[in-house]
Amino acid sequence: MSEKGENVMDQPNKSDSSADLAKNSTVAPKPSAPQAEGTGRTKMSAKGVDVFYGDKQALFDVDIDIMENRVTALIGPSGCGKSTFLRCLNRMNDVVEICKVTGDIRMEGDDIYDPRIDVVHLRARVGMVFQKPNPFPKSIYENVAYGPKIHGITRNKVEADELVEGSLRRAGLWEEVKDRLDQPGTSLSGGQQQRLCIARAIAVQPEVILMDEPCSALDPIATARIEDLIHELRENFTIVIVTHSMSQAARVSQRTAFFHLGKLVEYDETETIFMNPSDDRTQGYITGRFG
Amino acid sequence: MTDTTPDVTVPPDTGLPKTPSEASNRVRQSLRRRYAAEKRFRMYGLIAIGLALSFIVVLFTDIITKGHSAFIQSHLTLTVELDADSVDPQGDRSPESLRDGSYRGITLRAFFETLRGVSGRADQREALSLLSDAADITVRNAVLDQPDLVGTTATLPVKFGDDADIFFKGKSVAVEGLPAQSTATPSGTQGEITITADGPAFTAILEQAKIQLRDDIQGLEDDIAGFQRRIDRYQEELSQATDEDQRADLRDSIATMTDAIATDTEKVAGIEARIANPGDSEVLTRESSSYLIRINGGVVKVLAAAPNRIEGEVFFSLDSDRRADEGSWQIMTLPIAESNRRLSDKQVMWLWDLEERGLLDMQFNTTFFTSGDSREPEQAGIWGAAVGSFFTLMITLLLSFPIGVMTAVYLEEFAPKNKWTDLIEVNINNLAAVPSIVFGLLGLAMFLNVFGLPRSAPLVGGMVLTLMTLPTIIIAGRAALKAVPPSIREAALGMGASRIQAMTHHVLPLAMPGMMTGTIIGMAQALGETAPLLMIGMVAFIVDIPGGFTDPATVLPVQIYIWADSPERAFVEKTSAAIMVLLAFLITMNLAAVLVRKRFEKRW
Repeated sequence: MSEKGENVMDQPNKSDSSADLAKNSTVAPKPSAPQAEGTGRTKMSAKGVDVFYGDKQALFDVDIDIMENRVTALIGPSGCGKSTFLRCLNRMNDVVEICKVTGDIRMEGDDIYDPRIDVVHLRARVGMVFQKPNPFPKSIYENVAYGPKIHGITRNKVEADELVEGSLRRAGLWEEVKDRLDQPGTSLSGGQQQRLCIARAIAVQPEVILMDEPCSALDPIATARIEDLIHELRENFTIVIVTHSMSQAARVSQRTAFFHLGKLVEYDETETIFMNPSDDRTQGYITGRFG
Repeated sequence: MTDTTPDVTVPPDTGLPKTPSEASNRVRQSLRRRYAAEKRFRMYGLIAIGLALSFIVVLFTDIITKGHSAFIQSHLTLTVELDADSVDPQGDRSPESLRDGSYRGITLRAFFETLRGVSGRADQREALSLLSDAADITVRNAVLDQPDLVGTTATLPVKFGDDADIFFKGKSVAVEGLPAQSTATPSGTQGEITITADGPAFTAILEQAKIQLRDDIQGLEDDIAGFQRRIDRYQEELSQATDEDQRADLRDSIATMTDAIATDTEKVAGIEARIANPGDSEVLTRESSSYLIRINGGVVKVLAAAPNRIEGEVFFSLDSDRRADEGSWQIMTLPIAESNRRLSDKQVMWLWDLEERGLLDMQFNTTFFTSGDSREPEQAGIWGAAVGSFFTLMITLLLSFPIGVMTAVYLEEFAPKNKWTDLIEVNINNLAAVPSIVFGLLGLAMFLNVFGLPRSAPLVGGMVLTLMTLPTIIIAGRAALKAVPPSIREAALGMGASRIQAMTHHVLPLAMPGMMTGTIIGMAQALGETAPLLMIGMVAFIVDIPGGFTDPATVLPVQIYIWADSPERAFVEKTSAAIMVLLAFLITMNLAAVLVRKRFEKRW
């Protein structure tokens, strides 16, 4: 039951316009900068996004530009709508029957809520890692090989083997599991499971990876490994991460958005948010006065 | 605070604990209460389990004690002369010729020759009911198997009839033999004879006759007591009556009653004299136990007995009328009166004699597992019903599993949540509670009358049972789908799997064990279902093993019902045996459900 967003605009090819439209005080995008450096080409942009769960409005008029090859952290107290917003970016909210998304969310200028957009293709381009590690109850190998297989990225066993190994290596899991690829993914430890989920996500070679509190169920050591991994992955992927931990946001992200009561309060360079927030609520949250 | 005093500045003493130690005391008290409640509750549970278990034990013991003997069938080792003229009319040993042969005559002749003392048509008729009607068919099949037997004298096991079978299984009448403690002399070897003993050897038999007499006395005494009560009542009425005519009537009645009492008392005295005086012989009736004397190689049935002399009828003729020594002859008792059993004394003696001569052969009852129903218990089997059940369940499985699973998947995963789906859901849940006979009526009205499908066919039975099983499967399937953690769905969708892919690749495999369990339980229910099948004619008496989905057939529970309804005593054990087979199937299926669950269940 895909709930189509009611789009204000319907212009499929406006790759940079959304960056210009960004109204919050973001660092000025530099379209000419080389991509590999990740200096801020806009990958996804949201404008005027409202989300309703039945009668209850969960997000109010959110405008954000997600920069390419950067880690964007979404922080805020519980129930502030940061996860809801994250799930709008790959239309995972479609599954929730009562959820309605309005506004304009674009990926490289294409409206992702356009009826012509194939949600399956969108999710292949925007991968997701969930709060609780949720490997399929299948073997480690199958967990990673599944996505590429259904998308037709790998056409035979040789390709699949290569991709599985590559993905597991990039997720830093290869050395730990290479001898037991046929064991169930659920037999791994929590941190390993989460890295397996990341490997599974990157095996599809998405452009953006959404992470919904990926470390909240993990111990500090596993968390540190995931954070290191996020650093490495930034070179190739655009990452949006929801986190409860402000220190984690400070450690892994380049840009941080602070949500409060369904509204985007402030969105800026991470350093600016933590050192010199312009909004009192942001100040209050990061200094621990509420949240 | 329940106290209603308006004073708020000084809180009233409500007895609330003021110090931690007081509070802890209260906790301790409440703990004791809680533990007591817990203990009580556990005990209720144990009692319930104990009750349930004891019921099961009683049920199984009953079924097994009644039914185990059905797996054994008594056979007679019959020596048949297979003369070529009757067996092979064309004389070429071809199967056609052998099939045309007349086997009944030679079989019966051989049987009558095997029995002792069969003389005359009446005896033959009596003997005939002991042998299975299919005995000649057994002989024919043996000859067809081995044409070499023609012209020889063959020894073949043939089945006894159901009454004989029950006798051999010790379920009708016991034959108790006791060596006698004195010498006896028969007066002859044939016909009605007298056996005289030199001591009171027959007092036990006489006692039996006396029991009969005492019963008579009891009856008379009851009559006397009745008369006496009436006299008492008349006398009371007499003391109050004023009308002279009425008084005269009452006096007359009293006089009649008194006379009757006198007559009966006299009779009682007469009988008592007979009981007291052991010299006279008393007649044994059909209502008393039977006694048979085994003497000089023959058997004599006691007709009348005195302490040291009996009069009797020779069943098996004696070798001689010489004196029999102490311990060399026996008195045999059949405790159940002849009028209360299906086998006559003579039939019992024939069977007993066959057993004595070692011609009885108890064999495993293969017929029970290989043949269809029959009016003759010894020829009845459950294979027809088992095959019918198999075909019916095949249809049920083939229809209900895919439909049930697809319905469950659609309703749970794809259907929009609106009034229509709510309505469908409520209806499915209600269908699970519809009495099964209603489905039978539906099957009769729709499948037979509208669609014109064949009556009594597993096809229709399966369709009706499908209707009955579907709600179970759908409900179990939906529960299984609900139990799959949403994280799996999210993971698959987040990978970019389409909804169908997420369903078929991830959710369905996880839900499958639950769905299969539900299906097997539904099938087990269907296997045990009788009522709806009655409506579509699967209750018919069907002898042939069904060969397909449209052949007339019956199913195991219906077979049990048919047998339980049959008057023949031998069907009692068949019924229990069929129940055992059905239970074995059900337990196997439920075990399969558990194993399937264990095998496919995956941790997530």
